[in-house]
Parts: sequence; C-alpha cells; structure tokens
Amino acid sequence: MACQGLQKGETLESLKRESETLKKKLEEERNKLNDVELHQVAEKVEVLSALSIKTRRVLKGHGNKVLCMDWCKDKRRMVSSSQDGKVIVWDAFTLNKEHGVPLPCTWVLACAYAPLRSLCLIMNGYLGLDNKCSVIPLSLDKNENLAAKKKSVAMHTNYVSGCSFTNSDMQLLTSSGDGTCALWDVESGQLLQSFHGHTADVLSLDLAPSETGNTFVSGGCDMKANVWDMRSGQNIQSFESHESDINCVKYYPSGDAFASASDDATCRFYDLRADREVAVYQKDSIIFGASTCDFSLSGRLLFAGYNDYTINVWDVLKGTRATILFGHENRVSRVRVSPDGTALGSASWDSTLRVSWSFSTGSNYIFRFIKLLFWVNSRLVLEFTVAF
Amino acid sequence: MTINTLAKGGCHREQMACFRKMEKVIVAMQDPDMGMKMRNQRLLITVIPHAMTGHDIITWLTHKYRISEEEALHLGNMLVKYGYIYPLKEPRCLVLRPDESPYRFQTPYFWTSTRWPASELDYGKKKLKIYMYSLLHKRINHTWDFVVMQAREQLRSSKQRRKADRIVLECQEQAYWLINRPPVRSITLYCIQLYCVVHIEACRKALGRNRVKSSICLEGFLKYSEQYLNHDPIMQGCLPSNPWISDDTAHWTMNAEIVPVPTRLRVERWSFSFTELLNDAMGRKEFMTYLEKEFSAENLYFWQACEDIRHGENSKIVEKVEDVYKNFLAPGAARWVNIDSKTMDKTLEGIKRPHRFVMDDAQMHIYFLMKKDSYPRYLKSDLYKNMLAKAIVPQETKKSVFPFMRRQRHSSPSPAQTATQAAEEEGLAKGAGTRSLYSVV
Repeated sequence: MACQGLQKGETLESLKRESETLKKKLEEERNKLNDVELHQVAEKVEVLSALSIKTRRVLKGHGNKVLCMDWCKDKRRMVSSSQDGKVIVWDAFTLNKEHGVPLPCTWVLACAYAPLRSLCLIMNGYLGLDNKCSVIPLSLDKNENLAAKKKSVAMHTNYVSGCSFTNSDMQLLTSSGDGTCALWDVESGQLLQSFHGHTADVLSLDLAPSETGNTFVSGGCDMKANVWDMRSGQNIQSFESHESDINCVKYYPSGDAFASASDDATCRFYDLRADREVAVYQKDSIIFGASTCDFSLSGRLLFAGYNDYTINVWDVLKGTRATILFGHENRVSRVRVSPDGTALGSASWDSTLRVSWSFSTGSNYIFRFIKLLFWVNSRLVLEFTVAF
Repeated sequence: MTINTLAKGGCHREQMACFRKMEKVIVAMQDPDMGMKMRNQRLLITVIPHAMTGHDIITWLTHKYRISEEEALHLGNMLVKYGYIYPLKEPRCLVLRPDESPYRFQTPYFWTSTRWPASELDYGKKKLKIYMYSLLHKRINHTWDFVVMQAREQLRSSKQRRKADRIVLECQEQAYWLINRPPVRSITLYCIQLYCVVHIEACRKALGRNRVKSSICLEGFLKYSEQYLNHDPIMQGCLPSNPWISDDTAHWTMNAEIVPVPTRLRVERWSFSFTELLNDAMGRKEFMTYLEKEFSAENLYFWQACEDIRHGENSKIVEKVEDVYKNFLAPGAARWVNIDSKTMDKTLEGIKRPHRFVMDDAQMHIYFLMKKDSYPRYLKSDLYKNMLAKAIVPQETKKSVFPFMRRQRHSSPSPAQTATQAAEEEGLAKGAGTRSLYSVV
C-alpha cells in the first residue's frame, strides 16, 4: 500500500504530472505490440449468414421490473428476481413456475444458480438497510417455506450489485456499491478475501473460465474494468477506455478476453494477453446505454441489451451488428445465453422474461417455404370467394 | 448507472449523455442542406409551417443511419417519447406514426437536458465523496481493528457510568474535537495525493507487464470461433433439433451428464483442450480409465482431491489436507504422486499450517504434467478413437409440415433430485475399495 509518506517538496501538481506521464507511457507501451486490428484479421472469416433470431416464449408473472435472471445448469430452468420483491424459479421450457420466494425487500438486484445443487442465490440490495446476500437451498418439496431456509452470507456497507458462485456451491463472489468486491465462504458466512481498487460503485463481475480458475473481472462506475487474483486480492490488470459507467462485464468463452457494456452506448472487447482494448461495438443510431451483455457459445456473437428496449447482436470478430431484436417494452436489464447455447434469455423492466432462439438452419427455410405456400394458397382462395 | 440514483428517481449523468446524443440527431435533422425537408402542414383549417410527416422522419432516419425501417421507427419513437419531436394531431399520444401525421421539432428551451443542470453538480460531489471514503478506508484499514476494539471498550465502560457523568464526558469530548480537529483542507489534499501515488504505482506495475503481440492474440479468437462453430446452436443449429423449436427434448437427453453413448460432437470437444476434457464428467471418467491402464491414475485422483480442498467448505480444509498428505504425499503412500523436490518441500512446509491454497503449487505441477504428457497420448490412444467411432450422430428430426401439430412439453425432474441421486450412486460405487477422496458434496 502506498503509505510510504510523501517526499518533502512533492506537490500535488508534480504528482499529477507524473501520473499523467506514466499513463501516456503505458498507452505507448500497449500500442507498441499493436500490429494489427481485429477487423483486419477478421477479413478472412466468412461473413455471418443472415441470422433469424425470434422471441417465442414470454414468461409473465412478475408484478414489477425484472432486475435479473440466470439459467440453471439443466439448460431449461431459470431464476429471476424482481422489484416486486419476489424471486421466481421457472421451467422456461414448459412455462411453469416452480418456486416463488417472497422477500422482505424490494430491490432484489441479482440472483444466480449454484453449479452443483440447485442452490439459488438471491441478493438483497436495499439502500442502506439490507445490503446482504443470501443463499437458499432449493428442495424437492414445493410446499416447503423456502424463505424460512434463507441463509445470510455476505454483508456490505452499500448495496450489493452483482454476485456469482465460484466453481462450487461453497464460495460466493459479490460486488458492491461500496466500491469493493468480496469472496465469502457460504457455510460460515466468513469473508475470505476483499478486493479494493475501484474508486466508485462496482456494478458487475464475472469469473474467468480459465484452467487455473483464479481470476475474475469487475466493472464499475469509475469507468474502469479491473482483473483480480482471487487468491491474493491483487488487481492484476486495469482497463480504462469507456466514457461512462460500465454496467456489465463478461468473459469470452476461452478466457483470454472479456467484453463490457456501458452507459456510453458502446460495448468494448478487451484482450488480456495483449493488455488492451481491441474492438468497440457502436453505431450512430444506438443512443442509449447498454446495460448487459453475453457471448454465444462459440464467442462469435455478442448479445447486448440496451436501455432503448432493444437487444443488439454484434459480430465479435468483424465488429458489425448482425441483427437487432425488438419486443421488450421497457429497458432490458439482463441477457443470458443458456448453458448449452441453444437459447437466449432476457429480462426487462416491462416485468416479463423472454426466451429467443435462432431459426437459421437450412431445413428451416424449407419449413417456412411450405408454411408460406399454405398461407398464399389460403389467401388466393379468399380472394376468389370475395371476387365471386 | 447505480440504484442509488435510480431509486431516488433523479435524472442521472447517464441520461444526460443520451440526451446529448439525441440532440445531435435532432440538430442533424434540422440541418439546412442534409436535414429534413419541412413544409407547411395542413391541420384542419390552419396551416402549420415547418412541420414534417411521420413517414418523412422514418425515411430520413433510414437513409442517414443505414438502418432498417423497423429500427428507424423505434428510434423515432424514442425521440417523440423524450419530447424532442411532438405530434400535432394527437398531442397526448407520444407515438411516432409512419404515415402522413404531422410532427414538429420542440424548441431547445424545452429540451429535457436543459431542465436538469443541477444533478450534474450533485453527482460530481458524490463521486468525490466516494473517492475520499475509499482512500480513508484504505488508510485506516490497518488500524481499523484497533479502532473497533477501542470503540467497543468505550461503549462498554460508558454503559456502566451514570447518566450525568456521561453527559459531562460527552461535552468534554466535543470540546476536545472542536479544538483539535484536523484541518479539512489538508485531508482532502492528502487523499488526492494518495490517490495519485496509488495510480502511479499501478501504472509502473502495468508498464512491467509482459504483453503478447496483437496479431497472435487476435488469431487466437479466430481459431476459437472456428473450432466451436459447429457446437454453437445459435450459429449452426443442433442435432437432432433445437428443443426450443421442436418441443422435443431429445437433444438434452442425449447430452445429459452421464449417458451410455455420448454424441460425436461431445467426444470431439474433448480434443479441443484439456480443460474441456476435465469439465465433462464422462470425459473425466474415460480419462481415468485410460490413466489406470497407464498406471498413472493417482495424478488425476490427486488433482480432484486438490480441487475439492480449494472449493470445498472452510471447516473441512484441515481434515482434507491431512487425508491428501496421507494418501498422496507421505513417503510410501498408497497413491504417491511424483512431484519435483522443490514443490514437495514447499507443500510440506505449508501443510503445517493448512489453508485453502496450500496444495496449489503441487496441483499445478500435476495438472501440467497430465496436460503435456498423458492428455496427448490419450487422444492418440485406441480408447479415445473407439469412443469417437462409437459415438452417435443424431439424425435431424424431420419437421412436421403442419405447424399446428405441437408436441406435448413435459417437465423434467428437478435438478435437486437428480443431484441427490447422482451423489448416492457415486457414493455406492466408491464405497468398496480405497477410501473416496473426491466425494460429491
């Protein structure tokens, strides 16, 4: 820590100047190895065939804004939390609601499924009162009062904005409005490690899918995205190129890069080995901030939900927009691709969740063509009867 | 965007950026050369100058931003919703109609952004407070415990005093602080200086990093995307069919955790990287069978035991570390693993004071050993090749021509139930023989 004591005669001005010079030098160093841009390298990749992604399931049941959702490992269930104080576990395939847990607080900002058992994590982030993180074991008995089995695990001095289980059900990572992230032991509720370095609220975090499984990235209102070592609590890398709050960070499936979605209406792609930003996903017609993002299974597509109620789908390699999804009637708070990559779930302030998927395989065209033939046929019949 | 401001319902810095962008669009629309053509619109008997139709707006947006009509309609709707364009016919209905309905631009005086100057200043002040708080926290972090302890003591002793005495003490304390409070200005200055010093250190550390050339890193992404293209249902579809489209859960049943015969795509994926193999329960089982043949299965058992320590409950760490030592590291142990002497010494030192990460170095060593040696040989082995040949390639289900013939969607057993069943089965299987070290919690 920098408690060395300031040298005599070191003024604020000289420190600021040194800070600026070093920042410039860092930029230069990063640019030295920048011999090619991503879209240049991606020129030899095939252009994406026209994507046809449609929303076909709408999950209604929440009474207020849905703030967060997460998929279960079984690829069909999802958990969602809402401002009406309820957390609902859905079977998105059959549209059944399986569990509903009422909570005493309204701003349930995040929820996540645990990897092994169906331990569902809920977060209570109420201003100044209930900044706790709780874990609930989901049992088979649907009549059991789940709220009573709630176990409080984490505690911050400000609202808890994001949470994630690590590779097991036993440890929990949380990010908070108090500017820190923390690692907790679920069983004892003990704080294992805390991560200081952000100078403003931390809004989101994501665990690295790497071999060693020891790092995670966090993004916050100080426009910085930091990569941390879970074991030592150190800030390994820092990226500062966004122009506004970073709302969401997500790792690329290989773990060598991550994407961030921000209020400045752009999503950016950062490479960890090259230590710099390699792509910016933006368009003049996109004015509103992006609040969430997620990669498709192969990492070729980036789904980003925006505050203008749309979901834009970006081609990660070429930097262009592949398609845009409409349908939500208020801002999109969360998008998540299902664990096996078959569908995209999105939660919105319009109190619904939607599940969308792609109809882009060859045989689908034949199917749609036949459907079209039937439709044309029926219309012709109608025209004839009207004429006569 | 934070919930602190969301809850207060205030106009926020994020919104300001949006409004500025929307204003840019509006200004571009009113550009005399490239902007929209406005004309006099007839509204009942009056003629309104400088108006435009909804259709014109959409056409202009479509051309200017090269977007689809649907998107232009959506964007135009936003402009109307936030008051930059207002409808003349139905003033209360803030919707953009793509027809001949007349619209006009709102005067800048009424723009949303000009009506909220105060919140920027407030937000700036709040940010400074947050900087200072976190720096103060860092500064007194090491003395925090001491402070808390002192406070507790004070509270305890003060409760025992009489009320009158308490009041006197309070006044005395207040007077002391009034005279001896640290000058406010120097705290702020100190905090900012501290922030600069911290920033400088971070920059220096970052300068010393090893970086990789961009061309190499970016090629990596291309290769990854290409490799996984066939495994990405959103890009290429999946066999036999996407359950969400066809309402048929065959795809999920075929790709369940443990199946008698895995699919070809799944077995191919094991060859992409060692992590893929280890992350798949079936892959791990196959690899274990292979290692048993090679008489190096203790490596995988050791790795699994270390993972269990790293991710398991805090209370069981000491017990698990002892088990691992007895079974893998002690001289003459049943499943002795071959680690280099330096790592072994370090690990044995660490075991005296066991903690969650004490096995990390040894685990890393064994992991890379398996990755560089056993894994490539496994991929070339008959065991793997037979698995690949046996693996099924599901037939693509023919879609029914009649779209209204929908299949029944059945619910699946709850994941909690399947997890308990799996745990029981594994427990039974490992009951006989050597003591199980990797137990499903």
